[in-house]
Amino acid sequence: MIDTLRLSAEEAYGLVERGEVSTPELHAAYLAAIAERDGELHAYLRTVDDPGGIPIAFKDLVSTRGVETTAGSRILAGYKPVFDATVATRCRDAGMSLLGKTNMDEFAMGSSTENSGFGPTLNPWDPERVPGGSSGGSAAAVAGGLAPWALGSDTGGSVKQPASLCGIVGLRPTYGTVSRYGIVAFASSLDQIGPMTKTVRDNALLYRAIAGRDPCDSTTVELPEPVQIPEAEDLKGLRVGVPKELNEAEGIEPGVKEAVDRTIELCRELGAEVGETSLPRSVEFGLACYYLVAPAEASSNLARYDGVRYGLRVDGADVREMYEKTRDAGFGDEPKRRIMLGAYALSAGYYDAYYGQAQKVRTVIAREHAATFENFDILVSPTSPTVAFKLGEKSENPLAMYLSDVLTIPSNMAGLPGLSIPCGLSDGLPVGFQLIGPQFSENVLFRAGHALERAIGFDVVPGRLQ
Amino acid sequence: MAITRDEVLHVARLARLELTAEEAERFTEQLSAILEAVAKVSELDLSDVEPTAHPLDLVNVWAEDEPRPSLPVDEALANAPDCQDGFFKVPPA
Amino acid sequence: MTWEPVIGLEIHVHLKTRTKMFCRCEVEYFVAENSRTCPVCLALPGSLPVPNGKAVEWTIKLGLALGCRIADHAVFHRKNYFYPDNPKAYQISQYDQPLCVEGRLVVPGAEGESEVGIVRAHLEEDAAKNVHMGSAQGRIAGASATLVDFNRAGTPLVEIVTGPDLRSADQARRFLQLLRQTVVELGISDAEMEKGSLRFDVNVSVRPSGSDELRTRTELKNLNSFAFAARAIERETERQIGIYESGGEVEQETLHFDPGSDSAPPLRSKEEAQDYRYFPEPDLVPIEPPAELVDRLRDELPELPGARMQRLAAELDHDLAADLVTSGRDALYERVPGDRRAVANVLMNQFAAAGVHTDAVNPDELGKLIEARSRIPRERLIEALAASGEPNFTAETYLADGLVADTSELEPIVDRILEANPGQVESFRGGKEGLLGFFVGQVMREMQGKADPQVVNELLRAKLSA
Repeated sequence: MIDTLRLSAEEAYGLVERGEVSTPELHAAYLAAIAERDGELHAYLRTVDDPGGIPIAFKDLVSTRGVETTAGSRILAGYKPVFDATVATRCRDAGMSLLGKTNMDEFAMGSSTENSGFGPTLNPWDPERVPGGSSGGSAAAVAGGLAPWALGSDTGGSVKQPASLCGIVGLRPTYGTVSRYGIVAFASSLDQIGPMTKTVRDNALLYRAIAGRDPCDSTTVELPEPVQIPEAEDLKGLRVGVPKELNEAEGIEPGVKEAVDRTIELCRELGAEVGETSLPRSVEFGLACYYLVAPAEASSNLARYDGVRYGLRVDGADVREMYEKTRDAGFGDEPKRRIMLGAYALSAGYYDAYYGQAQKVRTVIAREHAATFENFDILVSPTSPTVAFKLGEKSENPLAMYLSDVLTIPSNMAGLPGLSIPCGLSDGLPVGFQLIGPQFSENVLFRAGHALERAIGFDVVPGRLQ
Repeated sequence: MAITRDEVLHVARLARLELTAEEAERFTEQLSAILEAVAKVSELDLSDVEPTAHPLDLVNVWAEDEPRPSLPVDEALANAPDCQDGFFKVPPA
Repeated sequence: MTWEPVIGLEIHVHLKTRTKMFCRCEVEYFVAENSRTCPVCLALPGSLPVPNGKAVEWTIKLGLALGCRIADHAVFHRKNYFYPDNPKAYQISQYDQPLCVEGRLVVPGAEGESEVGIVRAHLEEDAAKNVHMGSAQGRIAGASATLVDFNRAGTPLVEIVTGPDLRSADQARRFLQLLRQTVVELGISDAEMEKGSLRFDVNVSVRPSGSDELRTRTELKNLNSFAFAARAIERETERQIGIYESGGEVEQETLHFDPGSDSAPPLRSKEEAQDYRYFPEPDLVPIEPPAELVDRLRDELPELPGARMQRLAAELDHDLAADLVTSGRDALYERVPGDRRAVANVLMNQFAAAGVHTDAVNPDELGKLIEARSRIPRERLIEALAASGEPNFTAETYLADGLVADTSELEPIVDRILEANPGQVESFRGGKEGLLGFFVGQVMREMQGKADPQVVNELLRAKLSA
C-alpha cells in the first residue's frame, strides 16, 4: 500500500529501483488519492495518463506538449502547447512523468490562488483557508498527498509563501539557474521555476534535475558547482544573520514570530553562529519596487494575449475591437490592474519616476544584501507574516494581499535564492522559516535546511488527514 | 487621487482593455491606492545609482546562425481561433 | 527668398542571414504560409528570444563601413504596440543604446562631395506579413478580414538613420544608391526593393537657404524606388515652399504612398504620437562587442564603393567615376590598359550595351579593342564587344577578321570607283582633299563595309596622287 501522504520522491525512486513498486502503480495510487480528496481541495486543473516515470505535478504555467496549459486564466482555456518547457523535458529525462497540472493565481499574480480563473484551491490543513499563492495548487497537492513533489514558480514569493502556508519545502532558485523557456511569463527578470517538496533532500534532487544553462533561455547560466544532496545534520561553521527589518516587520503574527525565534535558537544549538544584521532599505522599499517592476514587465508580457494565434477570441468589427473585447473577457481583475499599473509606470513622462526609479531601488537592494553576506552565510526570517488566512479575507483589498509578500520580495529583487521549510505550527497551522543566501548558494541552503528539518521533526502530513 | 479616471481609461486603451463603467470606477480607486503606495520609491535620492536591468552580470549571449526545424504548418495553426488557407485570420486591421 | 530642402532618411535593410534574428527558423522567401515558424517567432506563451550572432556581427560590420563608433555597451529594448503583424505585441529593437552611432557617408556629386551624417544604425526584428482581404489591390481601407503570415516575422533588420543632411532629391537618390551598393558589397544583404529587403522612409522639410533652423517636417512612407522617391521629394518640397510663401504653416503629417502605383496620390494622416513604452528587454542580456571582433571586422572591410568613387574621380570626372562604381564596372576599368577616359566611356556605353559579364573579360584584349575602336566599323565593334566575354577572345580576330586587306582584291574596286567618278578625281587633284572621304565611302559601299579602311585609304592616295 502506497501512503501518498507520507511518501517522499526519494523513497518513490527507491521503491521503483528495487522493483517493489512500478511507476504505473505509483501513478494509480496518486490518481486514487486525487479522486478521493481533490474534489474538495481543487489542487489540480487536470490530470493526465502518463505513468512511465516517477509522478510529478506541474503548475499550470509550465508548457506541456499536447496537454492544456492555461496559466490559471480563461484567456488560455483550451490552449494546448505544441512544445514542452525545458524543465518538463529535463524532468522526463530524469525519470519522471506528468501526473497533472495544478491550479494557480491567474498569470502567477496573487498570494492565495483565489485569483485563479477556474476557482480557488483549498489548504489541506484547513479547507476554509487559502493554500497561499500563486503556486497554491502545487503546494496543496504535495501537502495533501496528491503528488510526491511538484514544480511551482516564484516571482514575488509564489513558491516560498505557499510552501510556508501548506507546511512543505519550497525553493526559489538563484535567478538564471533554471530555464524559463516554455514558462508562461509574468515578470521576466524575476520569474523562476522552483521545486516544491516534502523534504529538503527531495528539493535538492528536483533542483539538480532541472537546473543549469539552457541555450533556449539567454538569461541562464551554468551552475558554478554541482548540486549536493544534503547529509550533515549540524550547522557548525555556518554564520546565520537575522535581519532586523525582516524579523520585526509590521503584520507578523505572534505565533509566527514565536516559531521562527525558536528555530533561530535551534540554529545556535546546532552549532551556527547567529548574529543580528540589517537591511535598512530593502524591506521598507521592497514592496513598492516589486509592484512597479513586475507589473511593468507583465504589461508587456501579457500583450500577446490578443486572440490572434491562440487562446480566447471574442470577435469584433475590426481587429482593435477584437483585442479589447477578448482581453476584457479573458483577463480577471488582478491581471487587468497589473497591466494598467505597468503600462502607466512605463508610459511617456512617468518612466523615470516609476519604472526607472524602481530599477535603481533594485540596485540598492542588491547592494544591501551583498553587504550582509560579507559577514553571514545565510539570512533567516519568517517566510510569511501570517499563517494561512481565510478564503475571502484579503481578496477584496489588493494592497492587503500584496503585504503577504513583504518578507519574500526583497531578496527576490536581488535575484537571490531562498528556501522555505516548515518550522512549527501556530494555532494548528504551519509556519514557514525562510533561509536566504547569496547567488548560487543553494548547496548552503540545502545543507542548513536539511539539518534544521531533521532537528525540528515537523510532520508534513496535515493533522486532519492523519 | 494618484491617478484620475481619464488616465485609467488612457492606459486601458494603451493596453487594449475595454473597461465597463463599473470597472473604470473600481479600478481608478484601487489603482490610485496602489500608486500612492508604490510612489514610495521616489523618497530615495538615487541620482547616482545605476538601474538593474538584469540580476546577473551577463553579456554577449547569442547563437550560431544555424537553422533548426520549423513547426509543421498544422502545428503552427493548431491553436488558431480562426484560419484560412494556411494564414491566421483576424477581423480587418 | 530662396529655399533649401532639408531631407533625412530612415532605411531598413534585411540581413541575409540563414536564420531569423531571435530564433533559428530559416529565412526563406516564396514558401508556404506559416511554414517557417516556431514557438518564438509565433510568440507562443513561454517562448524566449536568442540573438543571431551573425546578425550582430554584420551590424557591427555595417557600422564600421559607415564610419560609426561601435558602442561599448549596447542594449535591446522592447517597443510596445498592438498590430496583427506584431506577434509579441512588442518588437525587440534598440532604443537609446544602439550598436552603432555617429558615422558618416561621403556622397560624391558633380558639385563635389558631401558628407551625410549617420546618426545611428541598430538591430531589430521584422514584422509578419498582413494581407488585407476583400478590397481593391490589398489596400487597408475597405478590407473584410486580414490574413497573417508569420514567415517573415523575426527576420533581422538593420535600421539606419541619417541626420537631416541631404539637400536635394537627387542627392538623396545618390545617397540611397551608394548605401545600397555598400551593403551589397559587404555581403550582408541583397538590398532589393522589389523583394522588400530594402525599405526606406523620408523626412522632408524646407528652410530659407543658408539658415540653420529646422522647421516642421513631413514623413514620406512606402516609396517603392529611388527614382520615385526623388520625384516625391521634389513634389513635397515644392508643396511646402508654396505653403510658406503664401503665409501658411506646414503641418506635421505622414504621407502613405501606394507601393503598387506610381500615380496614386498619397494618403495623408496625422498619426497619433505613439507611446511605445520602451524598456530594456529583460529576456536578453546586453552586448559588449569584444575588441578583437571589432578589430577583425574592421580589418576585413574591402575598399568600399564611396572610397573607390573618390579615388577614380581624380582621373575622371565625378559622374563618370560614380557611374563606373555604381554599375559595378570599376574593377574591370582598373584592369583594362589604355587611355582612361576612352576605357571608361566605352565601358559605360558600348560595352554596357553588349551585356557581357565583367568577370568573363580578358582586360588586355579588351584594351586592344578599345584602342582600335575608331579604325573599325561600328557594327564590327559591337560584334567584338558582344564576343569579348567568350573564353579565348582576341581583339585581333575582330580587327582583321572579315576585313579585306588584300590589295589585289581591293585594287580593281578602287580603280572602278575612280573611273566612275572622273569629275571628283579631277576636283581632288585640284585641291579638294576632303573628297577622299567620298571615295572611301564609295569603296566601302561596294565592299559592304568589309574592306580594311586603312588599306583602302592608302590605295586611294597612291592612285589619286599618281
